[in-house]
Amino acid sequence: MINFNKFYKLFNLISAILVILSIIFLLFKGLNFGVDFKGGTIIELRVSDKQINISTLRKSFNDMNLGDVNVKKFGNERDFLIMFEKKDIKPDNIETIKKNLTLSIGNSFNFRRVENVGPKVSSELLKSGIIAIVLSLAAMLFYIWIRFEWQFSLGAILALFHDVIITLGFFSLLGLEINLSIVAAVLTIVGYSMNDTVVIFDRVRENLRKFSDIKIFELTNISINETLSRTIITSTTTLLALVSIYLFGGEILKGFSLAMILGVVFGTYSSIYIANPVLVFFGVSQKTILKEDK
Amino acid sequence: MLYFSKLRITIVTLTTLLFVTIASSNFFKPESYFLDKKINLGLDLQGGSYLLLEIDNGPIETLKLQNTTTIIRNYLKDKNILFTDLRILDKSILFNINDDNIEKVELFFTDKESQINPYYIQYKSHQFDLSILGNQFKLEFSKYGLVEIKNSSQDQAIEIVRRRVDEVGTNEPNILKRGNDRILVELPGLDDPMRIKSLLGKTANLTFRFVTQNDNDTFGVEELSFENEENSALVSKRIILSGDNLLDAQPQMNNQTNETVVSFTLDRVGAKRFGKATRSGVGKQLAIVLDGKIVSAPVIRDAIISGNGQISGNFTFQSATDLSLLLRSGALPAPLNIIEERTVGPDLGQDSINAGVIALTIGFLLVIIFMFFKYKIFGLIANITLLLNLFLLIGILTLFEATLTLPGIAGIILTVGMAVDANVLIFERIKEECRYEKNNIIAFDTGYIKSKTAIIDANITTLIAAIILFFMGSGPVKGFSVTLAVGIFTTLFSVYFIARLLTGLYVVKNKEKVNLI
Repeated sequence: MINFNKFYKLFNLISAILVILSIIFLLFKGLNFGVDFKGGTIIELRVSDKQINISTLRKSFNDMNLGDVNVKKFGNERDFLIMFEKKDIKPDNIETIKKNLTLSIGNSFNFRRVENVGPKVSSELLKSGIIAIVLSLAAMLFYIWIRFEWQFSLGAILALFHDVIITLGFFSLLGLEINLSIVAAVLTIVGYSMNDTVVIFDRVRENLRKFSDIKIFELTNISINETLSRTIITSTTTLLALVSIYLFGGEILKGFSLAMILGVVFGTYSSIYIANPVLVFFGVSQKTILKEDK
Repeated sequence: MLYFSKLRITIVTLTTLLFVTIASSNFFKPESYFLDKKINLGLDLQGGSYLLLEIDNGPIETLKLQNTTTIIRNYLKDKNILFTDLRILDKSILFNINDDNIEKVELFFTDKESQINPYYIQYKSHQFDLSILGNQFKLEFSKYGLVEIKNSSQDQAIEIVRRRVDEVGTNEPNILKRGNDRILVELPGLDDPMRIKSLLGKTANLTFRFVTQNDNDTFGVEELSFENEENSALVSKRIILSGDNLLDAQPQMNNQTNETVVSFTLDRVGAKRFGKATRSGVGKQLAIVLDGKIVSAPVIRDAIISGNGQISGNFTFQSATDLSLLLRSGALPAPLNIIEERTVGPDLGQDSINAGVIALTIGFLLVIIFMFFKYKIFGLIANITLLLNLFLLIGILTLFEATLTLPGIAGIILTVGMAVDANVLIFERIKEECRYEKNNIIAFDTGYIKSKTAIIDANITTLIAAIILFFMGSGPVKGFSVTLAVGIFTTLFSVYFIARLLTGLYVVKNKEKVNLI
């Protein structure tokens, strides 16, 4: 049996530091919102002429007077992603850009993807993204509260916040783009982290009924150990699937799968080191559970 | 118990076979299938354009206010009620009434039978809200008055959008209302939406009006510029003829001038009006005004009574074709703005499909190899379950003809990773039970029973997240939530019916074996 509870204090400290660091990053560096949430234009462009590189493209686009243009490689040598934040979408601006680009670098390129999001839509998407995340947190809180006791609910929610904040903190630190699929990833993290916490909580509850003489400090440790191999196997298979998406699923899914990978790692960790210490903190005992059974 | 009735075995087998068949209909094209359903590919996978248009209702509101002002003026005059200072200010109509008539006039606007301020029974509201301050009456659109305007302009606009898109002839376009002032246009397979965008960006409001020199025309005049932006002319506000009277419009080559023109045919009313106006206006210049710009202003030489005419104006063949198309499909009630556009080229779509399939295959292989090494024969059962689960998932998506997007594929792969969870929970529980319980069959049974609450709770939490995503998310993300949610159900089915059946059969056969799992 591994003594997880010996490290509660240490890991709580580490978690607290990570969360605080993440919040600092989120507050001061902020998130790199993509066009979905900021408005603007993305063009994914493939060139067939090896002479064309990132700096020629940057120069051509800067000459077009589009404001702050961001050009970066996208996956391989031939694919580039161009982003700029021009507020008004005129029906013919993409056409104009195409023409200007042909004038400066010839016609050995094609636009593989164009996304143009107006400021109104992007602020709506941001709003609904935030609502979705808040709503799902609330729904989880409510569900656990019904199925367990409020102490469990609080533990699970703290673990969720921990996972979501640290994942977003990573995105802020690395300057990775936040788009619609990241919101989907965050929601899935919420689901997964919850899933993981619930399995351990379920065992804690069962053990609370079984043993009246074991203190919660010991009991959480027993429960974590009993469910440990499941925790490891499920995280492993989920991570195998996610790593496979990250490596082979194409450039578009990279951010999504990375967020999920971080979420699964932290979700697994937080079930053990955030959710359970909360139960210990509140001194959950057999009484807490029996009250529910009555 | 781990014994199963023949009936149950048959039902589970048949259900599974059914879904495997349905799922496989995506990959083969058999001729005699009872189902010819297919999963739809999202625009991000098959390539295509997604356009979100917003109707700019401002001009309609202004027009409506102007009309209402005229109606009020005539109505009050009719009733011999004195009013002063009738005007439009900041989207409201203001006028003053002397003390004696205030109550009477108030009734004109608040009566449910009111002729000048229509009452909408379904909303329990008038078109205009009335407020009276001293002698001043103030009319503003009520909340539902605005809704009514938006709804009706959306109804008209979507019809025109549909006609225009159909005229261009794209493959299975999808045109839907969004809210009450937006229209969503999905154009599968279209990788350059330029033409459609420019067609949808024009209101195509066509009017024929006389050019005048004096600015005291009874209908008022306005100065409009020509399309080339260089010249302008004073044009009467009196509309002789509008695009509504057009029956047909076609691009044509004018043999005499060797110029591309748009020839049009008027309906009966239009032809009559046009004939009358041109007869009285010989020698005058007739401005052809499109969306506030003069296309051309030819001098009328003869009365045109045939109801046929031509518009010339430096057209290329393409622009003449587009103008004819716009005239045929009719004018939009209000300008449309493109507020969101997403276009994916078909080659990128195909690349995404390929990448998704590779990721799915590799993810799946990694998971089944891992499971086999971990659980041996039970790993094999879990793997068979997983494979069937995948077929069930694809089968259900096919049955509902769901739309598969790139994040949707990610959802399927994620399901592969997470679906083993339920089996793992059960197997681990059985392992524990085997420690205290020597009877394999009882141990297995208890394992299934005791792991149930954890499995249900764990899956419901994921389901909650998926449902919220479905309602809050848009487009591709919605596709993700659908596969995630369907994946949860197929997982539960495959674990509790397929896997349980297989483990049951195996355990019953090997009930004496020690260290079974």
